[in-house]
Amino acid sequence: MEQKEGTLLEIHDLSVSFKMYDHGLNQTRLQVISDLHLTVRPGEIVAVAGSSGSGKSLLASAILGILPGNAEVKGHMHYKGQELTPKRQQQLRGKEMALVPQSVAFLDPLMKVGSQADGHKRPRPKDRRKQLFRRFGLPDNTERLYPFQLSGGMARRVLVSAALITDAQLIIADEPTPGMSLDQALEALKMFRQLADEGKAVILITHDIDLAFEFADRVAVFYAGTTVETAPASDFRDGPQALRHPYSKALWKALPQNGFQPIPGFQPYAGSLPKGCLFAPRCPYRTEECIEKTPPVREIRGGEVRCCHGS
Amino acid sequence: MALEARNLYFRYGRKQPWIFRDCSLTLEKGECVAVSAPSGYGKTTLALLLAGYLKPDKGKILADGRPLPMKGVCPVQLICQHPEKAINPRWKLKHVLEESGNITQEALGIFGIEQAWLDRFPRELSGGELQRFCVARALLSGADYVICDEISTMLDVITQAQIWQAVLEEARKRSMGILAVTHNQHLARRIAARIIDLTDISADVST
Repeated sequence: MEQKEGTLLEIHDLSVSFKMYDHGLNQTRLQVISDLHLTVRPGEIVAVAGSSGSGKSLLASAILGILPGNAEVKGHMHYKGQELTPKRQQQLRGKEMALVPQSVAFLDPLMKVGSQADGHKRPRPKDRRKQLFRRFGLPDNTERLYPFQLSGGMARRVLVSAALITDAQLIIADEPTPGMSLDQALEALKMFRQLADEGKAVILITHDIDLAFEFADRVAVFYAGTTVETAPASDFRDGPQALRHPYSKALWKALPQNGFQPIPGFQPYAGSLPKGCLFAPRCPYRTEECIEKTPPVREIRGGEVRCCHGS
Repeated sequence: MALEARNLYFRYGRKQPWIFRDCSLTLEKGECVAVSAPSGYGKTTLALLLAGYLKPDKGKILADGRPLPMKGVCPVQLICQHPEKAINPRWKLKHVLEESGNITQEALGIFGIEQAWLDRFPRELSGGELQRFCVARALLSGADYVICDEISTMLDVITQAQIWQAVLEEARKRSMGILAVTHNQHLARRIAARIIDLTDISADVST
């Protein structure tokens, strides 16, 4: 795969499946991410939005190479023009690529949060940590507390600080904001914005899509393990008429400030995915064609969409 | 008919700062109230106190004028933020739902639960699907008051809208009181008639 100019991370046709036993010794393969494309350039924030269980967090694990042993990854990932091999992932993660994990359970319960945030860096980046904690409004004694003594939002802010201390080029933030108040969430996003403006890149996986639209450069919408639309964030600020895929429009309309109207139905399960377009069973514009074959990725108005009817 | 917190005092230990000092609030039956505050102000603590999971150091929690019963189904039910932590991982979901009475087709329809999910274990469902079970379990128990502690922050916005519409519809039908803890101002304004700011009534923990 040829590498485009100036991309930091490029992902092509990524598929992730899990080998599982269903009955006795019968092995089945469960495909959880299929044909996924994503590019991240230096200096930008790419927000990843989409339904719960659509493989957003698995993407983060796949990039860092921390999927469980029974996972099988296919496709191409390039970081700074070079193939991301398991060995390279191991060298880069924690240094060039940092993760803000989704769950506050990632904190070591037996370690004070101050030294956890410092990580393995020597000498300890004490001043930087103090500065970050202060910026996030964490009281000075926080560094001496254990994770169980923190509230959910405080633990989140510690996790974000820990990732920012690493000076990584690529930060993958997996739902960094739930539990934080609006001010704190904005502060965290402002810091991500600042990092991006310095030439680093951020992948922001989030359900707070209204905030993501304000800070991100581009938004990738996930559904059932693939990207259905990648569009400039400004299109999401403009509203459904600027969007291309019916699922993106449905997301926009379900926001509390935009009508709060959900579409019925559920995302299909990995393992029982429909044959054609993955969104077809819930799509108001569905035709025979959508049910029969998987729509290719098309470029429309400066965005990419995977839908026969996108316009 | 209301759920009342009267002059609550609470702290997590003798050497810890007060979280609530002489804090009072009322939730009428049939009303939906949102509670908001920055993190660390005691939103979850308030939810745990009101639902009887924690005991106040001083003060009273009264449901319809009586203290919360020690036996039987509590008239105040709590729905937590993390459904995967609120469900017994070794029970099939049928079992989970049967805790609050018989499962009816109608109930499954209201909460958007598929028949096939009932025979699965919690780890085989996504967070949004599990949260539907937690919501159904709390609402079908016959509770008069339901405390929703950030029940939709981990969910995508479509699932969030689906779950809240189910909660509000059921609450309206049975005239329950709903107390919703949320950070999302837009969501609070959409679902609640009244928003309580905890910074006004909890003890100032930042000092």
